[in-house]
Amino acid sequence: MAVGLTLIFGVMRVINFAHGDMMVWGMYIALLLSRRAGLDPYVGFVISAVALFALGLAVQRGLVQRIVDAPHEMQILLMLGVALVLENAALMAFGPEPERVRSPLAASTIWLGPVFVDVGRLVTFGVAVLLTLLLWLFLFRTDLGRAIRAAADNPYGALVIGTDVRRVYATAFGIGAACVGAAGALVSPLLPFQPATGLSLSITSFNIVIIGGMGSLLGAFIGGLLVSVAESLGAVFLAPSLKELVSFSLLILILLFRPAGLFGKRAP
Amino acid sequence: MRWGGLAALLVLLALPAVLSSYAVTIFILIFFYAYLGQAWNIVGGYAGQLSAGHAAFVGVGGYTAAMLSNELGLTPWVGMFAGAALAAVLGGVIGYLGFRFGLRGFYFVLLTVAFAEVGRIAASNIDALGGALGLYITFTGDPRQFQFQDNRAYYYIALALLLLATGVAWAIERRRFGAYLAAIREDEGAAEALGVDTLRYKLLAMLVSSFLTGLGGTFYAFYLFSLQPNAVFGIPMSVEIILRPIVGGAGTLLGPILGSFILTPLGELSRFYFGQSGLYGAHLIAYGLLLIGVVLFLPEGAYPRLARALARRRARP
Repeated sequence: MAVGLTLIFGVMRVINFAHGDMMVWGMYIALLLSRRAGLDPYVGFVISAVALFALGLAVQRGLVQRIVDAPHEMQILLMLGVALVLENAALMAFGPEPERVRSPLAASTIWLGPVFVDVGRLVTFGVAVLLTLLLWLFLFRTDLGRAIRAAADNPYGALVIGTDVRRVYATAFGIGAACVGAAGALVSPLLPFQPATGLSLSITSFNIVIIGGMGSLLGAFIGGLLVSVAESLGAVFLAPSLKELVSFSLLILILLFRPAGLFGKRAP
Repeated sequence: MRWGGLAALLVLLALPAVLSSYAVTIFILIFFYAYLGQAWNIVGGYAGQLSAGHAAFVGVGGYTAAMLSNELGLTPWVGMFAGAALAAVLGGVIGYLGFRFGLRGFYFVLLTVAFAEVGRIAASNIDALGGALGLYITFTGDPRQFQFQDNRAYYYIALALLLLATGVAWAIERRRFGAYLAAIREDEGAAEALGVDTLRYKLLAMLVSSFLTGLGGTFYAFYLFSLQPNAVFGIPMSVEIILRPIVGGAGTLLGPILGSFILTPLGELSRFYFGQSGLYGAHLIAYGLLLIGVVLFLPEGAYPRLARALARRRARP
């Protein structure tokens, strides 16, 4: 999910506070699909991704596009507004109780060499790696992907050589949201969720992106691993409820000493 | 203008005599959030440093006063200043770290959020502070313990707090300090080049703002008689604090007050009506839509627009 955020931020320098809430919507879509249509979330994630792509595109076209040149503060506030609407729309639609999507895959386990693994986690991890790889291929090997990176690097230059920067922005935002939607659906069998989950997910993914470095795909991936390892270590050595404390302390330190992140190139 | 303000004040002073108890409650909330908004406005509006972690100061202020009162029997009338001082210390630490390391915009936002979250997690895990359940204050109705039988006492205290914060903001605005803050907000590099000690003034703004916010924390604790980590330290609290000055007009004296007069009744009424039909979260959707609308169509907030419209009408013969 941090990969999606990286794409949005890296390309457009737009801070998407609605990120976690979009992810929660991805989860609820997976939930609806599995309840109503009996579709397994490991298949349904494609539909979640498509739906979130449309949502991201709409938010970008309708709202973000108008203020892309405005100061950062305005964008933060705008996305905060979007986040409030999304989270509470989910609250009104689905209620405050925590939910979990059932999948036969998530319940089974297999022996993988010497270790005992949840099939669900394994599939989630595999698909996440695959998506990151696909995204990387897309960004570095296709024309549209190159255009996205060009617009990220130098919007004016990209405009001069004939890139439709507005369209590129919209696509990048849509793809970023689609990644989040897919991620949401993929973790929905593993993680109980409720509308309020969105906010903490947003914060976690900011955490990951900042630690890994803004605008770096590899950074987002490694940042994600780092944060989850740090949180699990914190849970083991301190107390389970203190695990978030570890990642926030990490965030504060990184912000102060290496605000560009571990793999970022530019200073803010 | 001055007469208008005085007349409004007289009306507000007389209002509780005629209002129902529910209306008084709404006014208390309007004043209280306008007060917090005004406190935020000093650093977020005038100095343009968007802090999204002001909930931390509410929490520190409230918890300090409540602990001092519960454990040592110290009256909150004194404890509130201890709480505010501690909040100001925290504000100083956050401000010093953030400004010293040159964090701007989004990075500063994240830093403040991270500190507030650390505070929330700490408060929910320290058993002496009541853990995740929070602190409760026994109701005695003793005015010396900042407790009142009558809602109207809280009304006047909230109004006094709002006047205090507005007075402080007014004093800052009129002095050189205010001009420095505006210069920092508009163009920090240029302000620095002209010899403004930006670190010092941003830090001062942060100290004043966090002190006032901490003071508000005590009011919150002793008005509701309870403190929950998620409620006082949480991000929704910070959002509540930020929304009003933004909607009303950040960096203007009357913006937070106007914003609170718009948002608080809107929030309360929609919470009341939609909550009855089991639809929670409607008031937050309304907040979100309003925020989006303000950013898109009224980026400077409602007050500057209103002031211009009034001035135009006055100019016309």
